[in-house]
Amino acid sequence: MTTPAIRMFRGLEGLFCVYKPSGVHWKLVRDTIETNLLKGLNATPPQPLPQEVRLLAHPVSETEAPKGLTLSAVSVAVLSKHPLVTGPEFQHIKVGVGHRLDAPSSGVLVLAVGNGNRALNGLTTYTTRVTRDYTLEGEFGTATDDFSHTGRVVERSTYGHITQDKLDRVLAMLQGVNQKALLLYSNVDMRSQEAYEMAAQGLLGPGGKSTPILTGLRCIRFQPPNFTLEVQCLNETQKYLRKVVHEIGLELRSTAMCKGVRRTRDGAFTLQDALTHHHWTASDVKQAIRQYHSSKKKRKETHTKIKDPALQLPEETAGKKTETYNEAAAKGGIK
Amino acid sequence: MSSSFTQLCLQYRSRLFSKTVATTCRFSTQFHHCATLTRLPTKILNGSSVISGNRTTMQARQWWKQPMFCYRDLTARHLATEAKEHKDTEQLSKADVVVYKTPALPIRDAEMPVTKGQMSLDLDATTELSALELISDEEALGISIPSTMPPCSTSLSDYVDQSETLSKLVQLGVKLWSLEQRPNVGSMLLRLNFNTDVAPKLLFLKEIGVEDSSFGPIISRNPFILTKNLQQLRSRVDYLKSQEFSSENVALMVSRAPYLLSFNVKRLDNRLGFYQKQLKLSASNIRNIVVRQPKLLSGSLEPIKENLKVCQIELGFKENEIQHIVIAVPKVLTVQKRKLIQIFDFLHNTMKVPHHLITKFPQVLNSRYLRVRERHLFLNYLGKAQYDPALPNYISLERFVSLPNETFCTELALATLEDFNLFQKTL
Repeated sequence: MTTPAIRMFRGLEGLFCVYKPSGVHWKLVRDTIETNLLKGLNATPPQPLPQEVRLLAHPVSETEAPKGLTLSAVSVAVLSKHPLVTGPEFQHIKVGVGHRLDAPSSGVLVLAVGNGNRALNGLTTYTTRVTRDYTLEGEFGTATDDFSHTGRVVERSTYGHITQDKLDRVLAMLQGVNQKALLLYSNVDMRSQEAYEMAAQGLLGPGGKSTPILTGLRCIRFQPPNFTLEVQCLNETQKYLRKVVHEIGLELRSTAMCKGVRRTRDGAFTLQDALTHHHWTASDVKQAIRQYHSSKKKRKETHTKIKDPALQLPEETAGKKTETYNEAAAKGGIK
Repeated sequence: MSSSFTQLCLQYRSRLFSKTVATTCRFSTQFHHCATLTRLPTKILNGSSVISGNRTTMQARQWWKQPMFCYRDLTARHLATEAKEHKDTEQLSKADVVVYKTPALPIRDAEMPVTKGQMSLDLDATTELSALELISDEEALGISIPSTMPPCSTSLSDYVDQSETLSKLVQLGVKLWSLEQRPNVGSMLLRLNFNTDVAPKLLFLKEIGVEDSSFGPIISRNPFILTKNLQQLRSRVDYLKSQEFSSENVALMVSRAPYLLSFNVKRLDNRLGFYQKQLKLSASNIRNIVVRQPKLLSGSLEPIKENLKVCQIELGFKENEIQHIVIAVPKVLTVQKRKLIQIFDFLHNTMKVPHHLITKFPQVLNSRYLRVRERHLFLNYLGKAQYDPALPNYISLERFVSLPNETFCTELALATLEDFNLFQKTL
């Protein structure tokens, strides 16, 4: 039998994303969401108590019946089913977390409720290739032991010689290296027709686990000593991204540290969909999940043409580069 | 019931394997005998003619079943009857609980001559019951039906329907599900008697002025009130009143910190003395603080000592500043040390708010870190983060913290709520 709470829970099952503030652990985010959802679920009107017929003895006055007692059937509410006795209907819900964000980084964090966890498994276990967008805030001139601005400073250096041009050159070099790694992990012979076709569709990439790969890298703000990078990547961790900033600094004959990691997209989830922490209530989550379901339906309709949902999102320069590279390779094969 | 049936079946089987015609004959006659006799006790139940009819037919069936056993070949036939008897039990189980008991009596009787050596337990039972006699209605009612209460259980829900105390507590609004998770509380509640243990305590709470609606929450928090001596409780409340707490305030404190009643007078006195000594405040101020934050009396003192030291040494407040902060916001003493330091660090080092301004608006120490941070960063982004009262466009810390998001955006930031939301996503 479905109660209002169960019906509400069915409406809550699915994927949605929140905006994790920096300085908060992802477990805390998950737990807050879970308690808020439980609060919403258990606030639904409770089921009426089931009635039970019991034979209760009623003492009858002695003059009427000398034998004294008669039984009468009375329907009584079964108190053992009372919500104060059984506790709230929902005491735990499965809330799964997508690709993690560590405490100092902020941004889009995908969460799954109920059977949405199954879809989440597909996203996290490398079966589908999901790229993510990050913006990295960097600062030249200092190096710290954990590559972030909170760590212990280990080195200081000058940064006057760095120009945007030099930075772009380094970024292009890094992207080229990662492009090679992408081809290496894609497990296809580069001289085959198959590789050509995959590259033409933009499907080349690691099939499963791989080292972190940056598929796109560019500088969107350059005001020395501060700079901002935009990164598209696969199988990354936030620590790796900080290390990338550090290495860019070294490559430019200077030092750099990362002041902030912000994820702006995780697969199909973008900043627009993300719920800020004022909106982590059951009703808002419900709306976000409904929106996700409707958008999924739309995507399925368009998907008859394009096979892979994960790589449908344009990867700008990276995607184009692969194509050109592979076209060249294919031509070489033909000759 | 069903167990007695299976016993019966077992008896049959052992009987049949012995294959002595004479005994089976005796057995069948025995059965015949009881079948005729047991029609009498069927009248035990007044007003259940259907059931008695049901029973007599069953008896009759059993009666004609037995001779067949005697003369035919046995085991297969026996299995068939076993199945039939199962059907009988099913039929019976559809009837009411009261009906269950009575038909069991004659059948046990039928068992008796057969089992003799094996079932001494049943023998004893039958001698006591003497079920073949006609009994009066009162006696029939007097037959106690073994209750369905399990002897031990992990949950109170098995006992709620039977126990008067528990059902009354549920009606009061006590959260039994959370109480049963505490060690030993469940069995403690079960042992209570409503009239002698629970009712006087409720009357006492009513007497000191606690509202009816807060009985449930109080007992949910501190169920041990119910086991305490009434005299002790009274002496504690009297002590609080002797310290010039008004009776309304005592009621308020008890309903907000139910563990207050579990502390003896000496302990309460020690605690009030502690605050007076540490904070060096006047008695009326101490009373004021304690009424507003009764957890100061019922909670642990260690974190409070630690917070005071943190304020003094780590945050660098002067003694009179601490006094002022505590009088304005007593909760500062009970918040977590880590949170206090985190928010002070942000206020003082990022927002550049000096100590005397924080002392003037101590509510900021009690607010959420994320809230303060995102608001400050938003104002900073708009170029409005100006917390110095001597300069123009001053934003008071009190309004900065206490206003809800909508009014904060419209009045202080002069922006829309959507802008604020979008800004939060850039942090």
